[in-house]
Amino acid sequence: MTTTGLAPRSNIWQSRRFRDAIVAYAFILPWVIGFILFVGGPIVASFVLSFFRWKMIAPPRFYGLTHYISMVTTDELFRISIWVTFKFVIISVPVSQVLALGLALLLNQRIRGLGFWRSAFYLPAVVSGVAGSIIWVWMYHVELGIVNNGLALMGLEGRNWLYDRELVLGSLIVKSLWNVGIPMVIYLAALQGMPQQLYEAADIDGSGEVSKFFAITLPMLSPAIFFNIVMGIIASVQTFAEPYVMTGGGPDNATLFLGLHLYQNAFHYLKMGYASAMAWIMFLLIFGLTVFQFGLAGRWVYYEGGAR
Amino acid sequence: MVVGNETVPTAERLHSEAYTRPSKVRTILIGNRFQTGLLRLLVIYAVLIFSAFLFLLPFYWMVNTALKPPNQVFTLPPTWIPKPVMWSNFLTAFTIQYETDPPVYNYALNTLIVTVNGVVSTIFSSALVAYAFARLEFPGKNVIFLGILSTLMIPFAVVMVPQFIIWRYLNWLDTLWPLMIPHWFGSAWNIFLLRQFFMTIPREYDEAAYLDGASRWHIFVRIILPLSKPALAAVAVFAFVFFWNDFLGPLIILSTPENFTLTLFLANFNVAYRGTPWHLYMAAALIIILPCLVLFFFSQNAFLKGITVTDLKG
Repeated sequence: MTTTGLAPRSNIWQSRRFRDAIVAYAFILPWVIGFILFVGGPIVASFVLSFFRWKMIAPPRFYGLTHYISMVTTDELFRISIWVTFKFVIISVPVSQVLALGLALLLNQRIRGLGFWRSAFYLPAVVSGVAGSIIWVWMYHVELGIVNNGLALMGLEGRNWLYDRELVLGSLIVKSLWNVGIPMVIYLAALQGMPQQLYEAADIDGSGEVSKFFAITLPMLSPAIFFNIVMGIIASVQTFAEPYVMTGGGPDNATLFLGLHLYQNAFHYLKMGYASAMAWIMFLLIFGLTVFQFGLAGRWVYYEGGAR
Repeated sequence: MVVGNETVPTAERLHSEAYTRPSKVRTILIGNRFQTGLLRLLVIYAVLIFSAFLFLLPFYWMVNTALKPPNQVFTLPPTWIPKPVMWSNFLTAFTIQYETDPPVYNYALNTLIVTVNGVVSTIFSSALVAYAFARLEFPGKNVIFLGILSTLMIPFAVVMVPQFIIWRYLNWLDTLWPLMIPHWFGSAWNIFLLRQFFMTIPREYDEAAYLDGASRWHIFVRIILPLSKPALAAVAVFAFVFFWNDFLGPLIILSTPENFTLTLFLANFNVAYRGTPWHLYMAAALIIILPCLVLFFFSQNAFLKGITVTDLKG
C-alpha cells in the first residue's frame, strides 16, 4: 500500500496533448515541406536575388540597391508598367464590383429560370485567360469583329479597339468585366443569406426601396464587398495572359502591365535579379492596396455580432 | 378598460397598415412584399435579357466563326449564321499539323496529366493540412494558419524566378514535373476552404470514434473525408478549371512543342499556322474550353458551394 504508485507520472511522451501535437505536425507536414521548397525558400531567394545582377551565365554579382534605383531613374518602361497596372486595377476592380453586385441584386429578385441567368453570367469565369483573350481579339477585330459590325448595324462608327493607344486599356478592362461571375455568385449567396427580419422591420417603418438598400443591404453585404475587393486587387495586379495574348503590351506600351514587363525581363532578357526586384514591387503594390483596404474597412465594413 | 381592439398596436395591425397603404395601381405596377409588380417585372427581365445577351455574345461569336466555311470568315458584312455549317472545322483544327509540330492530342494528353495530378494531389494534401487546423491542437497553430493565409498575398511573380532556377538546376525544365510537384503540398486557398468546411462537421462524430480507439488518421479518412464530399467536389472542380487553364506556369517551364499544354498551343496557334485562320482558331478555342463548360454544367452546385462555403465573417 504505497501511495507513490498513484502519483501521476508526468512522462511527456505519454501525454495526450503531446501525442496530438506530434500527429498534428505530421498532418501539416506536406504544407511545411511545400512552403519551404516552393514558397518560403523562393521568397527569401527572390529577395536576396533582387540585390544581385544575374543573367544566368556569369555568377551573380552584388548590385546593392541599383535595381530599385534604376526602376525610378532609367527604366522608363517600368514606370509605364506601374501606371498601366495601377490604372487597370483602380478602374477594373470597382467597376467589376458594381456590375457583380448589380447582377446579383437582379438575380435575387423573384425571377424564373434563375439557373439559366446565373449560368449565363457565370460561364465566362470558367473560360481560360488565353481562350477568353483570343475570343475578345476576334470580337475587337477592326473589320471582321462583332463589336465594330454591331456598331455599324446601329449606324455607329467602329474603332480600332486594340491598336489605338487611347482605347486599348479600356478594351482590356471591358474584357475583364466579362469575368465578374465569381464575385457575382458571392454577392448572390450573401444576399440569399440575408436575415429577412431586417427588411420586415424596415417595411413596418415604411422605408422605401432605396433607403432599404443603403440602410440594410449594403451594410450587410459589406464583408462580401470587402472580400471581393481584396481578391480582385490581388488578381488584377497580376494580370498577365490578357496583355500577353491580346496586345503583347502594345500599342506603344499602352498595355505594358507590370506582370508582362517582369516576364519579359526574366525570360526574354534573363535579368533574373531585376525581375525579382520588380516582383517585390508587385508585392508591395498588392500589399499596399490591400492594407489600404483594411484601413478603410474599419469605417465601412459591418460585421454582424460586433467588431472584429 | 380603455384598451380595446382599436387602440392596441399589435404587430399584425402594424403589418396590415404598412401593406395596405399603397394604392392598388401602385401594387400592380411596382408590387409589394408578396408579389412583384408588372412594371418592375418588365424592367427586371429587360435588364436580365440585355445583360445575358452581352455576356453570351462572345460565345455566340466564337461558335458562329468556328462553324463557318473559310471563305465566309472574311466576308463583309459578316454572316450571322454560318451556312453551310462546317462541323469539319473542329476536326481540321485538331488534325492539321504545321511542319514538325506534334499532333494536338499530344497537348491534350499533357494538359490532362498536369490537371489530373493537380486535382488529386491538391485535394488530398490540402485536406490533410486542413484537418489539422480544423480539429487538432498544437503549439503555433494560429500563427501557422495566419502564415498560410498571408501567402495568398504573395504574387506568383515573387516565387516564379527562384522556382525556375530550382527546376533549371535539377535539369527538369521543359518537363511536366515542375507543373506537378509543387501541388503535392497543399494550396493555401484550398486549405482555408476545406478547414472552413471541416469546422462545420459536428465534433461529436470524431470524438466518438476517438473514444472507440480510432486514430486521427482513421478519423480523417473514414469520417471527415466521406462527410466532406460536397466541399471536396467543389475544390476538385475549381482545381480542374485552374490547372486546365493555367498559362504562366507552362509558359515559363515548357519550351518544346512536344511538351506544350493546350493553353500554350492556343497562344501559339497563329504563330504556328502563319497567319490567322480564324474559323480554325475559334474551333480550337471552343474545344479547349469545352471540358470546363461541360464540367460547370454538370457540377453547378459544387461550383456555387465552393465559392460560398467560405464563411466571409470568420
